[in-house]
Amino acid sequence: MVRETAPKPVILEVNGLSKQFPGVKALDDVSLTVRAGEVMALVGENGAGKSTIVKILTGIYKPDGGSIKVDGTSVNFVRPSDSWLAGISAIHQETSVFEELTVAENIFMGHQPTKPRVPLIDWRDMHQRAQEILDRMDVPISTRALVRDLSVAQRHILGVAKALSHDAQVVIMDEPSASLSRREIEQLMVIVRQLRDEGKGVIFISHKFDEIFEIADRYTVLRDGELVGDGDISDVNQDDLVKLMVGRSLDEVFPKVDVPIGEVVFSVDGFTHDTEFDDISFTLRKGEILGFYGLVGAGRSELMQAIFGITHPRSGTLVLDGVQVKIDSPVEAMRAGLAYVPEDRQHQGAILPMSIRKNMTLPLIEQLSHRGFLNRRKQLGATKEMGARLSVKAAHWDQQVEDLSGGNQQKVVIGKWLATRPRIIILDEPTKGIDIGSKAAVHEFMGELVAQGLSVILVSSELEEVRGMADRVIVMHEGRIRGEFNRRDATPENIVSVASGLELAA
Amino acid sequence: MTASDLRALLTRRREPALALLIVVLVVLIGIRAPFFVSIDSLSGVLTDTSILMMLACAEMLVILTRGIDLSLAANVAFTGMAVALLSMSYPELPVVAYIVSALLIGLVLGAFNGFFVAIIGIPPIVVTLGTLSMFRGLVFVISGGEWVNRHEMPDIYQMFPMETFLGLPHLLWVAVTVIPMFWLFMNHTKAGRSLYAIGGNPQAARYVGIPIEARLFMVYAIAGMIAGLCGYLWTARFAVAYTEIAIGFELVVIAACVIGGVSIAGGVGTIPGVVLGALFLGLIANALPVMGWSPFWKQAISGAVILIAVVLNSRSHKRQGKLIVRRDEATAS
Repeated sequence: MVRETAPKPVILEVNGLSKQFPGVKALDDVSLTVRAGEVMALVGENGAGKSTIVKILTGIYKPDGGSIKVDGTSVNFVRPSDSWLAGISAIHQETSVFEELTVAENIFMGHQPTKPRVPLIDWRDMHQRAQEILDRMDVPISTRALVRDLSVAQRHILGVAKALSHDAQVVIMDEPSASLSRREIEQLMVIVRQLRDEGKGVIFISHKFDEIFEIADRYTVLRDGELVGDGDISDVNQDDLVKLMVGRSLDEVFPKVDVPIGEVVFSVDGFTHDTEFDDISFTLRKGEILGFYGLVGAGRSELMQAIFGITHPRSGTLVLDGVQVKIDSPVEAMRAGLAYVPEDRQHQGAILPMSIRKNMTLPLIEQLSHRGFLNRRKQLGATKEMGARLSVKAAHWDQQVEDLSGGNQQKVVIGKWLATRPRIIILDEPTKGIDIGSKAAVHEFMGELVAQGLSVILVSSELEEVRGMADRVIVMHEGRIRGEFNRRDATPENIVSVASGLELAA
Repeated sequence: MTASDLRALLTRRREPALALLIVVLVVLIGIRAPFFVSIDSLSGVLTDTSILMMLACAEMLVILTRGIDLSLAANVAFTGMAVALLSMSYPELPVVAYIVSALLIGLVLGAFNGFFVAIIGIPPIVVTLGTLSMFRGLVFVISGGEWVNRHEMPDIYQMFPMETFLGLPHLLWVAVTVIPMFWLFMNHTKAGRSLYAIGGNPQAARYVGIPIEARLFMVYAIAGMIAGLCGYLWTARFAVAYTEIAIGFELVVIAACVIGGVSIAGGVGTIPGVVLGALFLGLIANALPVMGWSPFWKQAISGAVILIAVVLNSRSHKRQGKLIVRRDEATAS
C-alpha cells in the first residue's frame, strides 16, 4: 500500500518483550511500535498479555527480555517514575485512587509541583493546574472534592486527568471507557483526538470494537502472550480482529452443551437497593445458564451479593421452587441451595495461605466432623473427589493455594462451593485473568453442572463468554436491567449498545 | 444544626469537635476548681503533655503507613538511660551535646525497626514488639539495673527542660518547635504527603512512583529520633533515669492518635488532630487530682474515650454501598 503522506515518526518501539510468571508465559517475544500523532489499538482477550505490557511500560514489572526505545533512545525502567520521566504515562485498569485525598492531590501524587527554591508543595499551583486539566476535559469536578465522594465514572475520569498531568509523549489507556457513560465516552474520545492532534502517541486498549474502529489508526493483536497480527485499522474489519484475537474456533473455548431447560426454579422480583441496583426482576430455569453482562461497575456483583445474603436490599423478594424465601445471610443462602463464587478470588474466594484440602472443604467442615472433631480421612477423600472432578493441577492436596496458577486457584474456589451440593450456582467472572486452557476447562465444567440439573448464573464482562455459554443474557447498566436476549438475538452489537446505555432494548 | 449535621461534623472534621470538647472540659473543671484555669496552671498542663504530643505525632506517621510502633516508649527509656549515663560520665559537655546524642541514639533504634519493616518486610507489630523487649532489656544491660539519680546528673542536664524562655519552659518550646515541623512535613512536602498515599492505597502509591520501602524506613527512623529526644527530656525533667521509665506509655501514645482521629487502617490522620488527642489525655490526667478523683479514673476515662473515638472513626468510613444507580433519573418515574 502506498501512503500519500510520509510515515509519522516512531516514538515508542518495543522489541522482543518477554515476561514469565510462575506457571504462565505472560509475554513471549512481543514487539510493537507507536508513532507520534496516532492511536494504536492494543487488542486481545483477557489474559492475552495486554496488562502485562502496560505494567512493563510503566515500570511496575521488569521484563525478562526485550528492549524498549522511547524517541530512539533505549530505556530501562526500574521504577514507575523512570517511565513517566521518559514520557510514558498510563491510565490503569484498576481504580488506583487515594480515597481520602482531594482530586487535585490524586492527580499530582508523586509529582506535585513545588515552590521555587524551597522543597515545599505549591498547593495553589497544584489546584490551578488540576483545574486546567479538568477544564480541558470539560468535567465539572471540584479539585478540592474528596475522591471518596466521587462516583465510579468520575474516578475513571480522574485516571485520565492523572495521565494528562504528566505531559507525556505516550499515553496508555487501559480500558478507559469500561465504566463510563455515553456522554463521558464522547468526552474521552475528544480527549484522545486532542492528544493525537498534539502529536502524542496513544495506546488504546478496549474491548469495544466500535470505539476501536472510531478512534484507532493502527492495531496490534495479542493472543496468549504472543503477537499475532498488526497493521492499519483501515485494512481490517471486526471479524478479522475477532479471528486474530480468539485464534481458535469459538466451539473450542465455549463448549456449549445442549441441555433441556426445565421449569423455573428461582426468581427474583423487584430487588432494589438504595444505591447499587434498582428494580431487578428475573427468573432462572432448571438446567439453564443465565448470563449477566454489563460493564465493570454496572452493579452485577453487588446484585449477586445481595441475592446471596451478604448485603441487604431495601425491597424485593426471592422465590425458590414456587416458595418465597428470605435470605439474610450466606449461611441461609447455602441452606437454600445457593452457592456464590465471588469475582475476586484473592480476597473473597480462596484463603490463599491455606492448603487446597482446607480450602476446598471449608464449607463442609460440619459434615466432615464428628462431635466437633474434624475427620481428616473424610476431608482428604472429599478433596480428592472434587479435585479430580475439576482436574486441579497440584503437586499434592496440602499445597498452599497461593502457589497454584490462577486457573487452578479458580478451580479450587469453585470446587469448594460445589462441595456444598448447591442447586443454583452463581459464578462471578469465573475466568477473569486465567489462560485460555483453564478457561475452556471452567466452561466445560459449567456444561457438566447444568447437565446434572443445576442452574448457573454467569456474571461476566467478557462478551464472547456470555454469548458462548449462556442460554439467555441479561444486560445491566448503572444498576438496572436494560435488556434481555435469547441466545439467538445476543449479537455483540445488541448487547454492547445496551450495556453502554446507548439505547434501551425493546 | 440538625443531628445529622452534628454527626457529620464529628466524623468528618475531628479537630474542631475535639477542640470544642477540650474547651468545654476546661470550663467545667474551672467551675469546680477556678484555679485550674489560670495561665500558670494551663501552661503546666501543656508542659506536662509536651512529650506525649511529640511522641503521638511520631506515632501518627507510622500508623498512617498502616504500621504501628510499639517500641517508642522503650526507645524513650533506653535513650533516656543512655544519655543520663553519658551525662554522669561526661558532666562538662554542653546541653546541646546531650540532646544531639539523644537524637542520634533514638534515630539508630528507629532505623533498626525501619530496617526490619521496610527492607526485610516483617509486619511492624512483630518487629516493634520484639524491639520493645529488646530495648527494655538493654536498659538493664547498660545501667546494670541501677538508677541515675538527681545528684549524679550535671545541673545543666536536668535544669534545661524546666528553665524558662519568655516565661515558658524549654520543654514546651521544644514541643512548639517540633510539632509545627511535623505539620509542615506532613502538609507541605512530597515525602509527607506520600505517607497518606502509602496508607490509603499502597498499590496505587507504587503506581505513581512512591518509593514505599524508603518512605517506611524514613518513618520509623523519624519516630525513633523523636523518641530519643523525648528520652532526654523525660530523664532530665524528672531528674532521674531508671529502668521502668515510660513503661506502657506506648499505649497512651497510640490512644492519643486514635482519639485524634488517626485511622488504625492507615491513610487518615492530621497533626492538629493528634496534638488535640494528646492534649485531651493530658487534660484528663491533670484535672483528676484537681477534682479530687482517683487517678485510676484516668485509665477508665481514656479507655472509654478511645472506644468512642474508634466508633466515630469507623462510622466516618462506613459507606452506604457503592453509588451505581443514578437516582436523578429514577425520581421521574
